[in-house]
This record gives sequence, structure tokens and C-alpha cells, in this order.
Amino acid sequence: MTENLKPTDAAQVGEVLAWTAGSGKSVELIGGGSKAGLGRPMITDYRLDLSALEGVNLYEPEELVLRAGAATPLGEIQAMLAQQRQQMAFEPPDYAGLYQHDKDQTIGGVLATNLAGPRRIKAGAARDHFLGVAGISGRGEAFKSGGRVVKNVTGYDLCKLMAGSFGTLAALTEVTIKVLPAPEKIRTVLLFGQEDGTAILAMSQAAGSPHEVSGLAHLPSAIAARSSVSYVQTAGASVTAVRVEGPGPSVEHRAAALREQWGSFGAVEELHGHNSSTFWREVANVAHLLPQADAVIWKLSVTPSLGAETMAAALSEGGEGYYDWAGGLLWLSVPLLNDGHSDGGVALVRGALIGPDAGHATLMRGPDDLRERIDVFQPGAPALAALSARIKDSFDPRGLLNPGRMYVAV
Amino acid sequence: MLMPKPEADILAQRQGLIADLRQIVSGEGVIADEIALRVYESDGLSAYRQTPMAVVLPETVAQISDIMRLCDQRGVKIVPRGAGTSLSGGALPLEDGIILGLGKFNRILEIDYENRAVRVQPGVTNLGISQAVDAEGFYYAPDPSSQIACSIGGNVAENAGGVHCLKYGVTTNNLLGLEMVLLSGEVIRLGGKHLDSGGYDLMGLLTGSEGLLGVITEITVRILKKPETARALLIGFPSSEAAGACVGQVIGSGIIPGGMEMMDKAAIHASEEFCHAGYPLEAEALLIVELDGPGREVDHLIEKVGAIAEGCGSTSLRISETEAERDAFWAGRKAAFPAIGRISPDYMCMDGTIPRNRLPEVLARMGELSKKHGLAVANVFHAGDGNLHPLILFDANAGELETAEEFGADILRLCVEVGGVLTGEHGIGVEKRDLMAEVFTEQDLAQQQRIKCAFDPNGRLNPGKVFPVLHRCAELGQLVVHKGKIPFPEIPRF
Repeated sequence: MTENLKPTDAAQVGEVLAWTAGSGKSVELIGGGSKAGLGRPMITDYRLDLSALEGVNLYEPEELVLRAGAATPLGEIQAMLAQQRQQMAFEPPDYAGLYQHDKDQTIGGVLATNLAGPRRIKAGAARDHFLGVAGISGRGEAFKSGGRVVKNVTGYDLCKLMAGSFGTLAALTEVTIKVLPAPEKIRTVLLFGQEDGTAILAMSQAAGSPHEVSGLAHLPSAIAARSSVSYVQTAGASVTAVRVEGPGPSVEHRAAALREQWGSFGAVEELHGHNSSTFWREVANVAHLLPQADAVIWKLSVTPSLGAETMAAALSEGGEGYYDWAGGLLWLSVPLLNDGHSDGGVALVRGALIGPDAGHATLMRGPDDLRERIDVFQPGAPALAALSARIKDSFDPRGLLNPGRMYVAV
Repeated sequence: MLMPKPEADILAQRQGLIADLRQIVSGEGVIADEIALRVYESDGLSAYRQTPMAVVLPETVAQISDIMRLCDQRGVKIVPRGAGTSLSGGALPLEDGIILGLGKFNRILEIDYENRAVRVQPGVTNLGISQAVDAEGFYYAPDPSSQIACSIGGNVAENAGGVHCLKYGVTTNNLLGLEMVLLSGEVIRLGGKHLDSGGYDLMGLLTGSEGLLGVITEITVRILKKPETARALLIGFPSSEAAGACVGQVIGSGIIPGGMEMMDKAAIHASEEFCHAGYPLEAEALLIVELDGPGREVDHLIEKVGAIAEGCGSTSLRISETEAERDAFWAGRKAAFPAIGRISPDYMCMDGTIPRNRLPEVLARMGELSKKHGLAVANVFHAGDGNLHPLILFDANAGELETAEEFGADILRLCVEVGGVLTGEHGIGVEKRDLMAEVFTEQDLAQQQRIKCAFDPNGRLNPGKVFPVLHRCAELGQLVVHKGKIPFPEIPRF
């Protein structure tokens, strides 16, 4: 039977984790609980609700920095930033639709899972905006790393290690992030009717232009038809999209240049403010693949130029998918036979990754029994897996924090 | 600076070690001659010198694996070295260790414009990457001042920055892949041409780890298309407060310039005398603001920044009309270090980062410290990202080195006190090692060293750098065990 604990501050989190470390009790860490469906399922002795660690402790817009309790709701931070016309440039996606709940995510959860939206290709992921961290390791010891400045080589960069560690190394208690001005204006140029391979080429050309594009996605026609943006929904063809953001005159100039560049491929159209925002929000939040009862959702990060080939191989036995990150991010929906034996397409999906340094595939949504049976995260080569396990040991020698959330032993 | 005590039994192995190294790397790849070894006795921090037992210059990853295994077995310490331009002593040799030089890893392996990636060996220079892709209009964004000489492997080890960091990020934000060799000889590949890691972000951990975790043997970087245009403003201010306010307001207005540099009066005068860039000599502080992008955007933003500067009481304003003029604006800034070298027998370049808005206070207190120590200081400042480079002027022949070091330590303590850090882009190395306790608790440092243990359980890779006190891995791994007792009655259950 799992016992729930809700410490009121970081010191109490430290007390609990020091005790669990000493007594060998396992602990599940929960912020907002919005991503409980991501990762392998766990059964632990304790569930540690960190939601009391909330509140923005420092926000200096001119310094582009914000510090908050790790369980501060993302919505609260976003509202505060919006008032100053600023934003988190990595465009954290909202997977409430994907996991079918209405919970608000926390800043700590976004960082611990290293999420990023379409702007990843220009602005980086959560990891790139994570300046400072305070946490309690699985040893029950408080530690900190980083600071509040963007240039810092003072000691190892543990923020990077915390980003994407899914609570398997430490409970984050306070985080400091870089924030950036929100763009004055947004435009999206659409290109219609391209095959996947040609679309990837068009996106590569745009990414290699000097126009500082901040989003590049391609939706096959069946998926485009599910968009709530009418231009996209009624296109009756595949839709490839590029986003530019910035000061007004610059955005108009760059959008025009991209229209011309893409005009050589086929028919083009332009989306302005509101439609533009809606389009990219749907791409970020995987809205087009939802809801689907008898399917699992995979996310693949690959070499962009190999995107189309990878997609075709992964979907050779059915399913559908679309591209973000200039073809480097594939979102797949793969049919699931609910017979308790289906592998959710894992062999086919991971088998589709091409060559050495091929990238990685993560099962983003699937039933508990499937996530327990297969590797949710891409298994590393043996030497890398062993090194990762030693790093886990250095923070959590008895393997008590979120045990098995990432890998069986991690 | 106290380094780990040389181990007599290791020193006694020297001849056998050299013979073994020659089995791995033949001919001139192993340097053991006393005179030739002196080339490697220091890096860019030349105040510290030490001749290593030997220098080995491998040419293949397999040789590096063999060297690592050999040294691990023999208990010999290894100091990796790229171009040797470290300003923090990261490549300072150890008396009972070897230098593993990566100078022969100098090839560009692949240029992939379609995926905007370049795969290189670690000895390629930073500028060499940009030059290789220049003809196609691309470049590699991080541009440390030493870019003509410093190696990309060293850039990864120190997480190097440059003047364009605020907009384009530092090294860690511009990497796609790494290959490294562990002390065990194992070769580990991280990333590739895709984004983010499927497991722990070890590439992020390796970046800025100062050669303490593994030897980097291959790097894939992201390249960008060059902006259509770039123009710069040269703005004089009557005080550093006014210049600092201008920096804050530019950023507060939503503008992220490609570069934003500040110089104080001492640096302005030294630079102007050296390269006659036309800097305003009456100004107390000078700002160079560079805006890049499409011509229309740049023109639009130049106007906005000019108006903000005027509102902050600027006393002079020039806007570059040609590339030659923009280069001239930068020439003085880029020559600031040699310019100081010209007016002082020696100088020491510090590297703290502070929250931008504390600059006037930090400069004022630095002035007091300058009086206290009796040494002059000039300041150049990456104003956009808060990275401060105070240049302490001294004369080593007059016995002022120690005073300069004390002054430097006081400056870095000041940086930490106002919410900043000890180093923005030069690394801790040996130079700032003993100041780590100003930032971190013993517990913080113990956790960092446990990570080192995961890579290097015997502590053979670049020991004596970064951490002021070395602990054995077994000691660091111990855990306090609690028994019995019903825990935390005061913590709410639900």
C-alpha cells in the first residue's frame, strides 16, 4: 500500500528523502501529476506530492530570468510572463489532451521531462533555458547547481542532467529559467500538396535560409483535415508550414521571402496572428492524432533528412503520423491490439531508425501493461546504459526515486 | 597553487610508461625529451607551469582507448589538451601524469548542409568550422575571442561563449553530437544529427566538464545561415549607470541584439591608443550594440536602440553605414586584451558573470578594490549576458603577481555576492579551484564528485582541477542508514 505524503517545504522533502534513503523505501515524485502517463508505471512505498513547492520567487523581466518553486503551475508563470510580453521560448507543449485530463503541469515537470514545442529548432528545448536548480538527491541530500545567469561554467552543469531525468535522480525543489521577449508578430507560410520527401526538402531549404524560422512542420492530408484552422482543414491536400516571428517589418519581409522560396514547389498561402497560433499549438500538443482509443502514440527524434524514410518504415503495417522540427520529430499513431500481447509497434518503430547515431523513439501514450512490458525510452548501447546506471547510482544509490520510470533499473 | 602530491611509485614508472606508450603510438607521437616537453608546460594561464612525464599525440580513437586503459592500469594521471588556450589552467600538466594532446585530430569529417550539421574532430579550431562552411553562407555561432586558435574540443570542455551568446547561445546550445572515450577505454557516442537525448542528457553534462569526465574525440555542431545584414551602434555614456540602464531597457523593450558589449574608460583609452577605432575618449562607458537580420529589421531596431540610448543620456552615437565601419567598431573591442598588454607589463584576465543590473555597483566596488590592492583594472563586459572580464594590470617582475591574484579573487567573490558566478566561459581549472567553496557547499561538491566517480572511479582524469578537495570515490559513496522510527509525524498525509 502506497502512503501519500505532502511536505510543506523543501526542508521537509529533504527529511523524507533522507529517511527513505536510509530505510530503503521507494518514492514516486509528483508535481502536478499531468505526465503520470509518460514513462513506465511504478509501484512505490511512498508517493511524495511536491505541490506545496510553488510560487514565483524572483522575476526580473529586464534580466530575462525567473525563479520559482518546482511545482509552480506553468499557467501561473505563463500569465506572469505574458503581462510583460515575455515567454518561455522553448514553447512547452500541453499534453492534457494526450493524457486525457485537465491537470495543469508544473514548471519542474516540464524541465524534468525536457519538453519543447515547434520552436525547438530555433530556441532549443527546456534544457537550454534551465539556468539553475536546487534539489534533493535520492541520498536525501540537498544540492544546487547553476545560477541565474546564462553564461556559467562553475562546476558541472547539473541542470542538463536533471532535464529529461524524469525524477529518477532527484526531487527538484526550486528552478531558475531564462525567459525571452515574446515576438511582436507571427506569420505562417503554408505549402500545399507535397509528398513527404519533397516536404522535407522544402523544410530543409527554409531551415537553411537566413530567415530565422521558428517552426517547420508537415501534415499529410488526412491529418491536415483535422486541423481547426480552416485553411488547413479544407486544403484537401498535405500541408507544409513554416513560421517566422519577430518585429513587424521583419516578419513581413521574411514571410514574403519564404513564400517565394516555397512557391517553386507548389501553391502557397499565409496564416496571420490567431490562425498561426492555433496551428502551431495543435502541432505542439499532438492534437491531430487525438482522440484515438485503439492506438498508441510514439515520438521519434531523427536526422531531419531521414524523416520521411523513417516514417514510411515505421508505418509499414498501418498507422499515421506527422512531422515537426523540419522533419526531425515524428509523431506516430500506431494501432494497438488490446490482447495483452501487442508490442505497440515497438519492434517496427525502433527498427525504422536508420544507421548509427540514429536517434530515439519514446512511447508517449499507451496502456500501463504495455509500458511495463516494453522499453518506453530508447535503450542505449551497453556502455552508455552502464554509464547512465552509474550516474543514477551517484544520486540515488539504492534506486529509490521513481524506480523503473525510465528503464527497468533506472 | 597546491596540486595533488606526485606519487613516487608513478614517477618511478616513467621509462616503462614511455615504452608502453610507444607501443601504442609510434615515432614522434610520444614526446619524452626534456626540452621538447617544455612546450607543453603551461596553457594560456602561463603563471603556472609543470613539465609532464610525457606527451602523447594519438591519431586514432583506438589509440586513445589504449592509452586510457594503459594509464588506468598503471595509475597514471591524464591531462587532455586541445589547443592549449585555456585561461584557467585546465590543461596544466601534472608532474606524475601525461598530456594527451589532440592536435592531430584536426579533420573536418562531414559537412551536411541539408541537416545543418558539421561533424569534426576535436582539434579543429572554432574559426576553422565557420571558414569551412563560409562559401555556402553558413557559420558556427559561438565565437570566443580566441576563435582563431582555440579548438572545438576545448570549447566543449569549457562550454565556451563569445560575443553573440545572448541571441545564439553558448557551446552547449549548439551541439548535436559527441563521441568520448572513458578511462576504461570504452567509446561512447551521444546524439548525432537529431535533437535531444533519449535517456540522460550526458552531452549536456560533458559540456563544460573541463576534461574531468572523458576525452572527447568527435563533435557534431549545428551551423546557421549567416544573417542578411548586421549593423552596429557605438554609443558613449557619461557613466556606467547610464550605459547599464540602456542595456536593461534595450532588452526590456523586447530586443535581443546579436551582440552587446560594454567597455569602461580605462579599456576605451587603451583600445583607442592601440587601434584608433575612433572611440569617444570623454565617455565613461562605451556600448557596442550589434543588430543582425533582414535589412528592414536591422534598420527598424537600430532606430529603436538609438532612441533608447538617447533617453538614457548618451553623449555620442555612431551607426555603422558599411561593413568596414562595423569592423572598425569591433576592432577596438576585439583588441582590448592586447591593448592592455601594451600598457602594462602583465595583465590577468578575470571571467565572472553577474546579473546585468548589478554592474554599476560591481564597477564601483571594483574601483575600491583597485585602490585597496594598489593595482589598476580595466573592464570589458559582455553586457548582454552579464559576463564580465576585468583585466588586472600588474608587473610580475615587481613581485605583484600575488597581489593581482588576491585582487582577482576579491573580484570573483564580489561577483558571487551579487548573485553571479565564478566563471562564465573560461572554466574553473586550477585558477578558481580554491574559490569553489564561495559558491558551493561541501554537499554540493560531493555530489559533483560522485558524478566524476561514475566516469573515472580511480580519479585519474585531470585531477587537481575544478575541485578544491579530492575525496576517494568509496568515501563519497557511503550512505547514512536510518533504522526504525516512525517517520515525519508532522508532514501532512492525504
